[in-house]
Amino acid sequence: MDSSSPARSRRIVPAVAMAAAVALTLAGCSSSSGGKKSEESADGASAGKASTPQMTVALVTHQSPGDTFWDIVRKGAEAAAAKDNVKLIYSADPNAGNQANLVQNAIDQKVDGIAVTLAKPDALKDVISKASTAKIPVVGLNSGVSEWQKLGLMEFFGQDETVAGEALGKRLNEAGAKKAVCVIQEQGNIGLTQRCDGVKKTFTGTTEVLNVNGTDMPSVKSTITAKLTQDKAIDYVVTLGAPFALTATQSVTDAGSKAKIATFDLNKDLTGAISKGTIEFAVDQQPWLQGYLAIDSLWLYKTNGNYMGGGEQPVLTGPAFVDKSNVAAVAAFAAKGTR
Amino acid sequence: MSMTHHAEPAVTSPPAPGPKESDGRTARRSLALRLLGRPEVGVFLGAAAVYVFFLITAPPVRDGSSMANILYQSSTIGIMALPVALLMIGGEFDLSAGVAVITSALTASMLSYQLTMNVWVGVIVALLVSLGIGFLNGWLVVRTGLPSFLITLGSFLILQGVNLAVTKLVTENVATDDISTMDGFDQAKKVFASSFDVGGVQVKITIVYWLVFAAIATWVLLRTKYGNWIFAVGGNKESARAVGVPVAFTKITLFMLVGFGAWFVGMHQLFTFNTVQSGEGVGQELIYISAAVIGGCLLTGGAGSAIGPVFGAFMFGMVQQGIVYAGWNPDWFKAFLGVMLLGAVMINLWVQRTATRR
Repeated sequence: MDSSSPARSRRIVPAVAMAAAVALTLAGCSSSSGGKKSEESADGASAGKASTPQMTVALVTHQSPGDTFWDIVRKGAEAAAAKDNVKLIYSADPNAGNQANLVQNAIDQKVDGIAVTLAKPDALKDVISKASTAKIPVVGLNSGVSEWQKLGLMEFFGQDETVAGEALGKRLNEAGAKKAVCVIQEQGNIGLTQRCDGVKKTFTGTTEVLNVNGTDMPSVKSTITAKLTQDKAIDYVVTLGAPFALTATQSVTDAGSKAKIATFDLNKDLTGAISKGTIEFAVDQQPWLQGYLAIDSLWLYKTNGNYMGGGEQPVLTGPAFVDKSNVAAVAAFAAKGTR
Repeated sequence: MSMTHHAEPAVTSPPAPGPKESDGRTARRSLALRLLGRPEVGVFLGAAAVYVFFLITAPPVRDGSSMANILYQSSTIGIMALPVALLMIGGEFDLSAGVAVITSALTASMLSYQLTMNVWVGVIVALLVSLGIGFLNGWLVVRTGLPSFLITLGSFLILQGVNLAVTKLVTENVATDDISTMDGFDQAKKVFASSFDVGGVQVKITIVYWLVFAAIATWVLLRTKYGNWIFAVGGNKESARAVGVPVAFTKITLFMLVGFGAWFVGMHQLFTFNTVQSGEGVGQELIYISAAVIGGCLLTGGAGSAIGPVFGAFMFGMVQQGIVYAGWNPDWFKAFLGVMLLGAVMINLWVQRTATRR
């Protein structure tokens, strides 16, 4: 008896939505500033296409869904794949066991090369040795700078998180900072912890760690505000991802604090904040380059037998600093989501 | 089930228990018991205990601006905990509530940016989309008779994937573009994400909305026919149907109410942070449900209040920020949060048992 009302409103809802959208468009609700129209269309980095026969490469990362950083890595890999006539198979799972299964999946597909991140090296050990048995070259990227050789990978592209943290710590010394809070958006993540540890190592002032709930921005904002209120001595907030740095600017205002903000990793809004001066500087590990080099190296190995880093040393993509002095040069690339 | 369902109106219906004190001791005693019997009293005492605890251990909490910050955090949880609580009283769950917030924010942001339209267009379309998702959840639950746990687990996964895939498809990034320079933004920011000054303390407007929504929800629940329907469909669907309660209508509108809440919180996030990350919101649904349960809403439906989840959300905000204000070792953060919440729930339970035993 009452089933008639939902059935009727089911038809009404989309109809109303359509009507409203159409009416609003007709009413001239277009925005005179911002928006897609004002966005400059810029071409991505491309360097033609190789005439070598097509090869298939799998990129298997520990990305969690919807992460800006990994999106940039993937774009780099796609750019290299397009240039090298490579068919790229991208897959990811933050769970180490699942990531190992995805590598096994790539082996089963008989790919010509595998690029893999080593966030949890032990879980991937067995499956990587299976790849060598199947004579598939494997390179590492992003995480695992101290383990890649032990696991028998060919090459490695990335930044040493501890080294990056140390570099940031030194930079804080130069800035004359006394007390820094290092904001971790995912409790228990090894790479993030290493960054904060690195900062602690070189920074002559005191470093405190603050855990926040990274999936809920209002909560991140409140928690950083709370920390700045609790400890008025904090003069630097160090975040480990670009979106969190942007949120931290609001916390600083809310807490009436004078703390400055530094961060790891970039995105296009962050470059704007650096040129405006609301964020002091960012450590950039060039994720796009990591993805690009990982794929390109496998192509070079297949077509010309090359080893990047000589097969002995990791190829470091960071830490590169972006601050007011060089942000203009980087901003255009960040806007395209490649830097 | 039917007992609790029955108990609720009985507790709330006596007009004013206070004025006539002719019975002396017995009257006073029954008033106290009656008070203890209310579902929100336990959580009120729990919240008060947590508040006093941090007042003692964390000096910055005594400051007005700290309280404003704690209440802000509570309000962003609380605005969603309200409709989630009403839905639970109505006997259903919504696991998609966390990511639905992000879906709404993404819709508004991408629509106005990509079509270069006034942001209000995006805001209105997002409202329709959110209500639509709520409607679909409710309609599927009513139509199939499957547990809402399953249906909304499905929509949770769908929305999570759609959030990511569509954002990537449209913006070529996993976050939306900055809309802060677009027409209507400042206006919308005033509505959804402004703050005002109270004695030198900046208070976020979401706190006001939270309390207003809670007042409205309380009134609806206790004073309107629709409120009775909610208790009835949550208590016993079949007998509710037998006495002429429109079960399908009630359940579907409750799901749509959750959609409304998701839209509201989503708009707040959009106009506070200018951009939205497509991967956010996962796990928030459990926090909303917890706030409702801590606030005295039965997991089985049929009992609860609108004011209880207000204290439940406050407790979450208080504990989460209180730990930081106290300057405790952050490694223990989640453990502290868990212990505090369990403790508060125990107080809640003890109060309710004491009230019903006598």
